[in-house]
Amino acid sequence: MMDATGRPQSLLLLGGTSEIGLAVADAWAEQAPGLRVVLAARPGERRDAAAARLEGRGCRVEVHDFDALDDGAHVRVVEKARAGGDVDVAVVAYGVLGDPERAWQDPEEAGRIARTNYTAPVLSGVALAAMVRAQGHGVVVALSSVASERPRRSNFVYGSSKAGMDAFYTGLGEALRPLGGRVLVVRPGFVRSRMTEGLDAAPLAVGPDEVARAVVDGVAAGREQVWVPRPLRPVMSTLRHLPRPVFRRLPL
Amino acid sequence: MSPGSPTALHGWGRTSPSVASVRTPTGAVEVAEAVRGAGDRGVLARGLGRSYGDPAQNAGGTVLDMTRHRGVRRLDVDAAVVEVEAGTSLDELLRVLLGVGLTLPVQPGTRQVSVGGAVAADVHGKNHHVAGSFGAHVRWLDLLTADGEVQRLRPDGPDPELFWGTVGGMGLTGVVLRAELSVRRVETSSVVVTSERHGDLGEVMDALTRLDHEAEYSVAWFDSISRGRGSGRGVVLSGHDARLEELPEADRGAPYAVPPPRSVAVPLVPPASLVNRLSGRAFNELWFRRAPRHPTTGVEHAFGFFQPLDGVASWNRLYGPRGLAQYQLAVPHDAAAVVPAVVAAVAASGHVSCLNVLKRFGPGTPSPLSFPLPGWTLALDLPVAAGLAGLLDRLDAMVLEAGGRVYLAKDSRTPAHHLAAMYPDLPRFAALRRRVDPEGRFASDLARRLGLLTPTPAREAYP
Ligand SMILES: Cc1cc2nc3c(=O)[nH]c(=O)nc-3n(C[C@H](O)[C@H](O)[C@H](O)COP(=O)(O)OP(=O)(O)OC[C@H]3O[C@@H](n4cnc5c(N)ncnc54)[C@H](O)[C@@H]3O)c2cc1C
Repeated sequence: MMDATGRPQSLLLLGGTSEIGLAVADAWAEQAPGLRVVLAARPGERRDAAAARLEGRGCRVEVHDFDALDDGAHVRVVEKARAGGDVDVAVVAYGVLGDPERAWQDPEEAGRIARTNYTAPVLSGVALAAMVRAQGHGVVVALSSVASERPRRSNFVYGSSKAGMDAFYTGLGEALRPLGGRVLVVRPGFVRSRMTEGLDAAPLAVGPDEVARAVVDGVAAGREQVWVPRPLRPVMSTLRHLPRPVFRRLPL
Repeated sequence: MSPGSPTALHGWGRTSPSVASVRTPTGAVEVAEAVRGAGDRGVLARGLGRSYGDPAQNAGGTVLDMTRHRGVRRLDVDAAVVEVEAGTSLDELLRVLLGVGLTLPVQPGTRQVSVGGAVAADVHGKNHHVAGSFGAHVRWLDLLTADGEVQRLRPDGPDPELFWGTVGGMGLTGVVLRAELSVRRVETSSVVVTSERHGDLGEVMDALTRLDHEAEYSVAWFDSISRGRGSGRGVVLSGHDARLEELPEADRGAPYAVPPPRSVAVPLVPPASLVNRLSGRAFNELWFRRAPRHPTTGVEHAFGFFQPLDGVASWNRLYGPRGLAQYQLAVPHDAAAVVPAVVAAVAASGHVSCLNVLKRFGPGTPSPLSFPLPGWTLALDLPVAAGLAGLLDRLDAMVLEAGGRVYLAKDSRTPAHHLAAMYPDLPRFAALRRRVDPEGRFASDLARRLGLLTPTPAREAYP
C-alpha cells in the first residue's frame, strides 16, 4: 500500500530497462527500503544489469519477460506482477523516438513507432485499469512528452503517437478516479538519455534523474500531470496557440 | 442490507484513500452473510472512521459499515454494566449513561468513535495511568469470526487468547457485534480541572510525573515550534470527576446535564493546508497564553475536558488536500529522554504540529497488539508535506532504539519492517490469526501495508 506521505511499497516498470523508469525506481528505493520492484522487459543483458543495480540498492526485484509489441503480453505481465502482491505504482516507461524522416515515408517505421508509443500503451493501460479496479487503489504513471502538446514538422510521427497516448492516459485518469486509482501524466521536454543520444540537446534539457524526481514528488502530492522542467508548461502553452505560419518559422 | 457499492474511504487524516465495496449490515445475520461471501480481497468492519490512517479501509474488498448496528441493549445501573451494540458511538452511549449517573471508564479524545473501534484499537484516555485502556473494562464481547460463527469471549475464558487478540487487533480477528462494558458511577457530568503553565518541557514532564499519584486525569499540551529555552513549554491539565458539592450552586439541580449534540463544521477542503508555519506558530502561542500564568482550578463539563475538539466537525479538512499524519509514540519510562529529543527534532525540522499531547501511561493489557506500555506517550498532528517522511523516519529510529512503538490507530506511514521490533508479541498475533482466520478473510489496507496478513511472523529485515 501507498503510505500517507506517498511512498509506495511496490513498483511495476513496464519497460524495465528504460533509463527514466529506472531512475524513478532508484528515487523511490532511496525513500522506501525494501521496495519491491517488478521489471517487465525483454530478457537480456540490459535487464540483468537493471535488476542487479536495484538489488544493490536494497530492492526486492522480480523480472518478467515483456515485449510491448506482443498484444497479449500486457495483461499477462500485469497479472504476474499482481501475483506477488498489490502493485502500488505502475510506470509505463517504454517508447521509441524512431527515425523521424524515415517515419513519415516508410510504413514499417511509422507502424513500429505508432504501435510502440500508442497501441501498446493503450493495451498496458487497459490491463492496469483492470488491476486498479480489482485492488481498489493504485497509481499509474504514463511517460508522455512535450511533443504531444504540439507536434512539430521535425518529428511529428513520434509527436502524434505521444499525443494519442497522452490523451488516452488523461482520460484513463478520469475513469479510474472513482475506482480508487490515479494517473499521473508526465511530460518531459528533451531528456538526455539513450533515446536522444547524438541529438543536440534542446533548451531546458533535463536528465532522467530530474524526471524521476518530478514523478516521485508528483505522485506524493497527488498531481495528475507534471511538466519537466516546470517552466515548459507556460512555454508549451504559448507554442500551442501560435498561428501555424509563425510556429513553422521557429527554430524548433 | 445494501448490495455494496464501490466507495472511496479514507481515515481521519484524509491520506491514502482506497475504494471498497461498502455494505451496511444491521444485524449478525447480515454480517455473517457478508463474511462468508467475502471475495479474495477480504472483509473488514469499520466504525466511525476516526482512526487517522488506513486501518478502517480494505481496498478492493468489502467493508462493513457498522454504524447502523447500534443501540444500548441493557443497562444495569446497580451493577454498573451496559450491554451495547458495536456500532454505537461513545457519544450516544455517554448520553444514555450520564442520564443515570454513570460514565465510561475510558474516554478517548473524541466521542465520535464506535464501541467496536474502541475495542479494536484498545483506546486510552487521560486516566490511563490509573484505569488502563478500554479493553480492560470489557466484560465480554461477541465476535463473529471468519467461519461466520459468533463466539462470546471473556478475558478469562473460554478463549482468552482470542479475546485479547481482538482487543487491539484492529478488526483482523473478526467483527465485534456486541460488548458488555463495566461502567463507573459519577455524581455529576463535570470534571474539576486544574491547569498549570510550565515554561519548558522538563517542567511539564516533572509535573506529569508528580500527577501520577495525585490525579485521576492528567495530560499535557506542549508547544512544538518554539526552540531554545522555551522549547516544549506547555500546559498541564489534571482533574477528577466533580462531586455534587463541587458544582456551582446553580447547577446542582441538574448535575448530569449534557450539551445538545450540535457542532459547527468546516464546510470545504481548502486548496492548500491552512495549517502552516504562520498559523501553527500563532496557534501554539495562543494555546499557551490562554492558560493562566498561575495554576487555577475550575469546573468544566466532561465533554469539553475529554473531547475539546468535538465542537468543530470535520476540522481535519483544514489540512488541505494532502491531509494530516498523526504520529503517536510510546516509550518506556527509562527512555524518557526520547521525549525532549523528539520535540527538538520536530521544532528543528520546520514541520508544524498544532496539537501536541504528552501523557504518562500505566501498565498495558495482555493484548499482543495493544499500544500502551508503562512510560510516556506523545502525539503530534502534522500536515503532510514534502520532507515529512524523512522526519518521521528519524523519529521512528529514536522510538525503536528506545524499545518503543507507534500507535496503529493513528498510523499511516510506518514502514513494515519496523513492526516486529515495535510489537514483540507480533508472532503471537500471527499465530492467532492463522488459527481463527486461516484463509485470511479479514484484511485491511493497514494490514497490507504493515504485512500483518502474511502468516509468517519472521520477515526479512532491511537496514
Ligand atoms: C480527534 C481524535 C482524537 C482521538 N483521541 C484518541 C485518544 O485520546 N485515545 C485513543 O486511544 N485514540 C484516540 N483517537 C483514535 C480513535 O479512538 C481510534 O482510532 C478508534 O479506533 C476510532 O474508532 P472508530 O469507530 O472511528 O473506528 P474506525 O476508524 O472506523 O476503525 C478503526 C479500527 O477498528 C476496527 N473496527 C471498527 N469497528 C469494529 C467492529 N465492530 N469489530 C471489529 N473491528 C472493528 C476497524 O476494522 C479498524 O481496524 C482519536 C481520534 C481522533 C480523530
